[in-house]
Amino acid sequence: MQRLSMERPPGLGYNLFWKGVFLGIIFLFSYLVYFASQSVEYTWRWYRVPQYFYYTAKIDVTSPLEGEIRSITEDKDGIKVVIKGEEEETISLPAKSELLLSEGDYVYPGDKIGFYKKGKPGLFLVGLYITLEVSVLAIILGIIIGLLTGLARISKNPALRYLAITYIEIIRGSPLLVQIFLWYFVVGTLVNALLSKYGFSPIPSLWYGVISLAIFSGAYIAEIVRAGIQSVSKGQMEAARSLGLSYAQAMRKVILPQAFRRILPPLAGQFISLIKDSSLLGVIAIRELTKATREIVTTSLQPFEMWIVCALLYLVLTFTLSMFVQYLERKAIL
Amino acid sequence: MIKVRKLNKYFHVPYTLHALKDISCDIQKGEVVVIIGPSGSGKSTFLRCLNRLEFPDSGEIIINGQDILKAKKEINQIRAEVGMVFQNFNLFPHMNVLENITMAQMVVRKRKKKEAEEKALFLLSKVGLKDKALAYPGQLSGGQQQRVAIARSLAMDPKVMLFDEPTSALDPEMIGEVLAVMKNLAREGMTMVVVTHEMGFAREVADRVIFMDEGKIIEQGIPEQIFTNPQEERLKLFLNQILSGK
Repeated sequence: MQRLSMERPPGLGYNLFWKGVFLGIIFLFSYLVYFASQSVEYTWRWYRVPQYFYYTAKIDVTSPLEGEIRSITEDKDGIKVVIKGEEEETISLPAKSELLLSEGDYVYPGDKIGFYKKGKPGLFLVGLYITLEVSVLAIILGIIIGLLTGLARISKNPALRYLAITYIEIIRGSPLLVQIFLWYFVVGTLVNALLSKYGFSPIPSLWYGVISLAIFSGAYIAEIVRAGIQSVSKGQMEAARSLGLSYAQAMRKVILPQAFRRILPPLAGQFISLIKDSSLLGVIAIRELTKATREIVTTSLQPFEMWIVCALLYLVLTFTLSMFVQYLERKAIL
Repeated sequence: MIKVRKLNKYFHVPYTLHALKDISCDIQKGEVVVIIGPSGSGKSTFLRCLNRLEFPDSGEIIINGQDILKAKKEINQIRAEVGMVFQNFNLFPHMNVLENITMAQMVVRKRKKKEAEEKALFLLSKVGLKDKALAYPGQLSGGQQQRVAIARSLAMDPKVMLFDEPTSALDPEMIGEVLAVMKNLAREGMTMVVVTHEMGFAREVADRVIFMDEGKIIEQGIPEQIFTNPQEERLKLFLNQILSGK
């Protein structure tokens, strides 16, 4: 934190007191939340949270055919059950399975032979993964779109310039939620109809989500890129051109590397909003973190804990990103 | 070597200004031409037209037989032949000194890295900065930066060097080191066009001095004649102001 050097440096007591005030406010706020939840008789059940990160599922193994169990052999690789009906079939189970039947038993299709336990990622992890996947793809696409649009925005070619301006204005002037609907329900319907007409499989909704986010943040990134390029002094371009570099070479070697360092902080802010905006994608049936949390709330009936965890998970993502960018900045500045 | 005919340049922002009015002049190979004049007289604009950093509105500029105003893609090759040194140095701050000097050699002249570095180190020792090869521009003084900028231009093996007030942004104690490098260059026979307020340099090094005012060449001649026997009233006034100021 910067302090004007004309101010007298604060004493030890001053800092201690106000840090105490800070902690006090945080504590008071937490207590108020707790107190309010008590008075509506909400029961906190934090122990319900971990199962939505990781749980052990019981997986049943059933018989596919009717017949008699001829043999059960067990070794370190697993258990093999041979069933003899009209034909013979071998069913293998993992090593630590529990068998419910024994040799000589007669089974019908769908009868449970045994079961085993397997660890599985819970809905929180699944949602987190989808959010991460969508965000990373959208960021990569968004950078490409933003860089090209930013360059087109300052191009002397009117067609490129007006295209860039039109794109930026349309995207920045309409709500993201509406854009997502447009991409999924209008563009998606048209594209998937065309694809199926010619015998291709439809594009999954995840990609419409990625595209809508990328196109949306691309418009903002374009303006950031433009501002970054224009903030590099005119003399840099002149010096590069005076040495015989072409416009493109000067951009690549001289202007963009300098612009990139300057736009890192606003770019990071844009990426952070993109991660947060991905929470809207639940409306087109992408099971990202927010949609997953809604499902969890429905099954667990513990909305307080689950939404708090959901917010914390977003915080982990955005905080990691901003730390990473700060690291890059420190490395880039000489 | 350089032939300029009837050059006109207007600036339209924020009001129309006729910056260059029918400028014509010839510069021979090996000649050192110093352009002087009050600020706003168009001398920098004229210099910047010579490598097309400003595009003139009419006229003709022939460098080495090539009409640079008609050039399209070739302008990059032409610019490589015409070195330019700026008032604000304009070194590339994200590259160290060596990279500053080798980058254009490799990109434009297609030299191998090793060859470009050898050339860069040779030129750095020529401007007295061999030990600064790995420093970044921000770590150098103004005078050192300007000497690196000169080395960067020279690395392209230019036929002409243009200097746009190369010492104007420098602290007084650093002007000498830059002028010394420029004097050496002149002595080696480099064709130079220099816009400057350093009358001492003009007197000592110039083959010809051009006095510009209000977008026109008012008077030109050998330094001796310009400084001791000026003909035009405006030149007399200018010299009076400059010399009495010192």
